[in-house]
Amino acid sequence: MPLRTDLHKVMVIGSGPIVIGQAAEFDYAGTQACRSLREEGLSVVLVNSNPATIMTDTNMADKVYVEPLTVEFLTRIIAKERPDGLLPTLGGQTGLNLATKLAKKGVLDEYNVELLGTPLESIEKAEDREHFKALMQAIGEPVPESAIAESMTDVKEFMAELEDAEARTGLPAYPVIVRPAYTLGGTGGGIAYTWDELHDIAVRGFRMSMTQQLLLERCLLGWKEIEYEVMRDGADNCITICNMENFDPMGIHTGDSIVIAPSQTLTDKEYQMLRTASLKIIRALGIWGGCNVQLALDPMSYRYYVIEVNPRVSRSSALASKATGYPIARVAAKIAVGLRLDEIQNAVTKRTLACFEPALDYVVLKIPRWPFDKFNFADRRVGTQMKATGEVMAIDRTFEGALMKAVRSLEIGQYGLTLKGISEWTDMKLEEVLMHATDQRLFAVCEAFRRGMDVEEVHQLSAIDPWFLKKLKDLVALESELRVFKGLPDEATLRRAKQAGFNDHNLAEMWGVKEPEVRALRKQWGLQPAYKYVDTCAAEFESETPYFYSTQEQENELVG
Amino acid sequence: MAEAKLVLADGTVFTGASIGAPVTQIGEVVFNTGMTGYQEMLTDPSYRGQILTLTYPLIGNYGITDEDWESGEVQVRGFVVKQLCDRHSNWRATGALDAFLQKRGIPGIAGVDTRMLTRIIRSHGVMMGVISGEDVSVEALQRQLTEAPNYGLIDYVKEVSAGRNYPWAEPVQEPYDTLARYHADPPLRVTVVDYGVKRNILRLLTSRGCRVRVVPCDAPAAVVLEGAPDGIVFSPGPGDPANLGYAIRTMEEVVRAGRPILGICLGHQLMGWAFGGKTYKLKFGHRGSNHPVKDLVRNGAVHITAQNHGYAVDAESVAGSGLRVSHINLNDGTVEGMVHDTLPIMTMQFHPEASGGPRDTEYMFDEFVRLTADRRMSTPA
Repeated sequence: MPLRTDLHKVMVIGSGPIVIGQAAEFDYAGTQACRSLREEGLSVVLVNSNPATIMTDTNMADKVYVEPLTVEFLTRIIAKERPDGLLPTLGGQTGLNLATKLAKKGVLDEYNVELLGTPLESIEKAEDREHFKALMQAIGEPVPESAIAESMTDVKEFMAELEDAEARTGLPAYPVIVRPAYTLGGTGGGIAYTWDELHDIAVRGFRMSMTQQLLLERCLLGWKEIEYEVMRDGADNCITICNMENFDPMGIHTGDSIVIAPSQTLTDKEYQMLRTASLKIIRALGIWGGCNVQLALDPMSYRYYVIEVNPRVSRSSALASKATGYPIARVAAKIAVGLRLDEIQNAVTKRTLACFEPALDYVVLKIPRWPFDKFNFADRRVGTQMKATGEVMAIDRTFEGALMKAVRSLEIGQYGLTLKGISEWTDMKLEEVLMHATDQRLFAVCEAFRRGMDVEEVHQLSAIDPWFLKKLKDLVALESELRVFKGLPDEATLRRAKQAGFNDHNLAEMWGVKEPEVRALRKQWGLQPAYKYVDTCAAEFESETPYFYSTQEQENELVG
Repeated sequence: MAEAKLVLADGTVFTGASIGAPVTQIGEVVFNTGMTGYQEMLTDPSYRGQILTLTYPLIGNYGITDEDWESGEVQVRGFVVKQLCDRHSNWRATGALDAFLQKRGIPGIAGVDTRMLTRIIRSHGVMMGVISGEDVSVEALQRQLTEAPNYGLIDYVKEVSAGRNYPWAEPVQEPYDTLARYHADPPLRVTVVDYGVKRNILRLLTSRGCRVRVVPCDAPAAVVLEGAPDGIVFSPGPGDPANLGYAIRTMEEVVRAGRPILGICLGHQLMGWAFGGKTYKLKFGHRGSNHPVKDLVRNGAVHITAQNHGYAVDAESVAGSGLRVSHINLNDGTVEGMVHDTLPIMTMQFHPEASGGPRDTEYMFDEFVRLTADRRMSTPA
């Protein structure tokens, strides 16, 4: 299925202004897509209302329209440019919504413009809650049980269903999440662990809901949250770009979670089980291009639920792209114009094809960047509604290295794991933040270890996997050891500190010396970082256009 | 922690921390790019005689479980990692990786720049190496290495194959119980020739309604065909197929019985020989969970497969033999599968049983069982 010969001009819709809850991922994706289409000899017409983007640079597309993203303006541009196709899946929700409107109003038919990429029908199937639930049930993929209750009888019926499931599978019926429909700020909801609690919350909820309706759902708080970035071409070939594990378990929006790639605590059986499910889902949806599948995995069994699917390029796919070196938007654009995965070159190695799965030989860590420094009085708690406005990503050969890099990249004045002023926190405040995460939870976990809590205690409060907690505990222990030094340390100590990712600024602060002194010592003892390739293939093949990350390792690939 | 050394035949020396047993072992140094599945790899008989390095840097994270064994023992000669996890976390874990290696006398080394090691193997090809957790000099290790026989000369199949016939009755466990699309009823009798079989092959066959009997690698054709089995599986295994004349001769005879045959990995390579073809050694093999394989028979579909092999069938050498290349590796065009023009034979270089690795080609077992069931109906045994 080679490149379609009936396409000459393609219109791409950008995502407009950047808003809270979005990073600049759509600019990144759109830019890649424009380049990718032009590589195939297509003429690209780009529309975006936001001129402060890379994609609107005049060399990115053949024609750039900086115009309002409305049906009216787009119709006029279509009438003038007469594109053969429209690619809407790279501009986030804005692009998708506009394309849907253009299709429904008959504009696309009138001007004979074909929607490229994933069909609108597939997108609706993924984004409409009921459609999605029905599709998942049809293909045997579990979604969390949920119901809309209008009376206490409905609540009882729903619980009877969950208790049935408990008898069948052993999965406890409680806890259950209750959300009253149409209340201000979601008040009146809660999590019930027993029937008595559920009864009380429901009675209160019915009173508070304007429509006398409650949304009931199985509560998966504390389950592992795992994501898979998958791709499919028009010939039904499917691949996984990478999987990611959230440091913060279920209950916190993945955009507000610290995320690590690849997953760290999954056995091959679990990894493959969820991979298989993700591929089944992208096939059932009939996606052309990339898609993000979010799953919840019981930390104590093989049980899992499908939480959500993003049927387009998303924030997660931008992260996955940078994390693996696999250009998801670039490949998605080529799939949309008819190419198969095995007809697209791997742009990094230039000697293998895009039809493979990246192998990572490093760890990628993402930490969200919240705007609480700008919104001083905002509630710092994070939950199911995303509050972050950006994110940092760090790559290293170890978790420790990636974590320390990410923390200092946040530009919140933090060079290490001790948050300024955290030693003043009461134990109660500390425990509160461990239980109900804020942007400062990572530092709260570290402080908890500093105060002598053990991994099990912190796990009980936070539900964060012990694997992550042990890593943080070890880092805190090393930090205390390092603090003992006043003035410059010996070589072995500096080596240990560098291998654990401590940076010069942080070390200089702890030792009461100047940063250049630490740097000079590092040079003297040969502790400079090495630079390694992100090459999509764990060094199995040579690469032409890789990028680099720094790490404390033996071989430096930047030289020679 | 005690120091360990890894010395390569080209003279490169890596030092790191000793993990596992503080002993010395020699083997062919290979790398696998899979990011999960270390227990399955360590217990995969095809790694016999090899020192395995993993390109993924954090190993041991989810510990060791009683359930994920692919054979009865740890098969690698040595194990090389960047960072060994000292606090695993997984609900099925029954122990730590370090203790697991120690108990079985397998030496390992941690703290190695495994990407550097991989780049060396990639550019120079696989080579022999010695790994030691003992307090010995590099020179002494180099001496041992030069005196040791080369990997390619040893028949490791004899070491890993069971010495007797035995029935296998354990089906796959959760979550491996979901993908079967075909179940033979009444049950089929399938004989598996054990060159170093992975348990998941036996489990997947059992789950699809096969009564599985395993026979040793040197079982004569009469034993393989004893009781007129409905189908025969030639298993994966370690080493150079060119050394296995006895297996090739048996296979030639078994093929003549006309029963449906499935050949996997070494079983696939030997099938090439049985039809007059040849195999050759790849520079650094295919070991990982991300190898794209194109199906030339069915619409050119591409599947992501698990692989573990150092040798490949020479496509030209089987031309005109009745065997036809059915699958190729998308990365380098090497032969990944064959079918026979007239006989019910299907072979594959990749591992449809996965474990570890993606399960995209598990349907191959459905196809083999269906083929076998069809033949049983048309030719009463």
